[in-house]
Amino acid sequence: MRAESPRRAGRVVSHVLLAAVALTFLYPLIFAVATALKPPGETFGSPGSLVGSELRWRNFADVFAYVPFERYIGNGVLVAGAGTLVVLAASALSAYAFAALRWRGRDGIFLVFLATMMVPQEVLVVPMFLLMQAFGWVDSYQALIFPWAFTAFGAFLLRQFFKSVPGELREAARLDGAGEVRVFLRVMLPLARPALGVLAVFTFIGYWNSFLWPLIMINDVNARGTVPLGLQLFFGQNGNQWHLVMAASVISILPTLLLLVALQKHLVKGIATAGLAGR
Amino acid sequence: MKRPVKPRTTEQWSALGFVTPSVLGLGLFTLFPVGMAVVMSFFQWPMLGTREFVGLDNFRYLLGEDPDFLSALRNTFVFTGLYVPLNILLALGLAFWIHRSRWANLWRVLFFVPAITPMVANAVIWKLLFQALGGAPNVLADGRTALLAVVAMSVWQGFGYNMIVFSAAVNEMSPSVLEAASLDGATGLRRLVSVQLPLISPALFFAATMTMINALQVFTQPYILTAGGPGNATETLVMNVYQAGFESRDLGLAAAGAWLLFAIILGVTAVQFVGQKRWVHYES
Repeated sequence: MRAESPRRAGRVVSHVLLAAVALTFLYPLIFAVATALKPPGETFGSPGSLVGSELRWRNFADVFAYVPFERYIGNGVLVAGAGTLVVLAASALSAYAFAALRWRGRDGIFLVFLATMMVPQEVLVVPMFLLMQAFGWVDSYQALIFPWAFTAFGAFLLRQFFKSVPGELREAARLDGAGEVRVFLRVMLPLARPALGVLAVFTFIGYWNSFLWPLIMINDVNARGTVPLGLQLFFGQNGNQWHLVMAASVISILPTLLLLVALQKHLVKGIATAGLAGR
Repeated sequence: MKRPVKPRTTEQWSALGFVTPSVLGLGLFTLFPVGMAVVMSFFQWPMLGTREFVGLDNFRYLLGEDPDFLSALRNTFVFTGLYVPLNILLALGLAFWIHRSRWANLWRVLFFVPAITPMVANAVIWKLLFQALGGAPNVLADGRTALLAVVAMSVWQGFGYNMIVFSAAVNEMSPSVLEAASLDGATGLRRLVSVQLPLISPALFFAATMTMINALQVFTQPYILTAGGPGNATETLVMNVYQAGFESRDLGLAAAGAWLLFAIILGVTAVQFVGQKRWVHYES
């Protein structure tokens, strides 16, 4: 008993300190929410105080009156949703061919796939811009969705997963008369659900937060802008109205925060797996 | 003569069917642009108007005459040199700290929050934060502190990801090795340096490499916080590429700048891979 209590005290102190660190860490976000609820002109009014003379929830409604934030969110869902579907479909199909089928050219093509992962986005954006011009896709949803939907990363991730599925499962299905498409849809895809889920979440977030490419591609932000573009536009136009800028920032943050709360276990596991894959 | 075993033709055909979407997509949206970027970097290629072959002039200009590119190069290196170690140290320290906490998962998720929220929003919030901090000029407007402020905001935003990576590695440390070490009397710092860190060195290597590659491509944080200023104190390589291509509208120059950045990334990554033999221990 005696040995227990100093250890327990140590644990309590450690947790109190940890909570203090976490609170300090989250201060910028707390500060953003607090400022978003202050009346105009009070942002710098009472230094150190997080609360203004009233809690002004109207600020959030005002943001929507200034710019069509609902439109940015809708665009974001459309672009990220469609992009994620394309990424999942293309990655899963090619991963199956790489993992489960024997065919001429397989290893060579897979090597080319891996090599493309090294190319940074910046090398691609300039010629991609010309490509989009040639397609007539400048300022369109397609331009936000397709250019980045064919990544080798997804194929690589799912290939690793498909390879871990015992070959006997596939052989059995084939002996039952199932064709490759059926084996893929009925046997492999259901087994790959966890890996597909991780890939889907990270792809969706990547699209949702993407900034450089939409900045280059989208001219009419109010029509086809995503959330980061809309926020940047709003910030540029109302930069001195900090209570509204913070309200807009909080609105931009909320969807990703909800996603994190809903899927935290999968996200943590997905990142951990990616990191441990280094072994 | 015996013929080599040929794959069944049906399997060959269905494989082609499965890979075709990806092959076409990667060819059109990655391989073709890469080839085009090579060609463009040798041209003066205005967004409007006629283009002209100029050989290596774009590279010569960037490395010799363009004052902005060289300072962007310097800023990017300073940013990376500060950001990567700070990020790794914080992530590592917290991963060990929360290791035995009953609420380890809660802490992981909390510190991960800004890594998942939009970078533009994070940067806008920090811009106000720095403004509220006061000072005349404030830290973002002062050439001596602006880049440090960008680093601070970026570390806050990014280390949560690595913390999860390290935290998983710490949890996987082999109990038998740890026990053997404690029987040998290794405690405290010695245990950390000569037992625990080697055990998680593969994760450290992975995180250091990925974090460095990302750091060299930093764009959104300085773009929102400082727009590269004051002067060009916080202009980074990607900002330079963006400005050359889409503000000055000289696409050839932008392509050349992007290639130089790619070369730097490849070089730094290669050095890391060569260097890993000295300090990364893989369980055999």
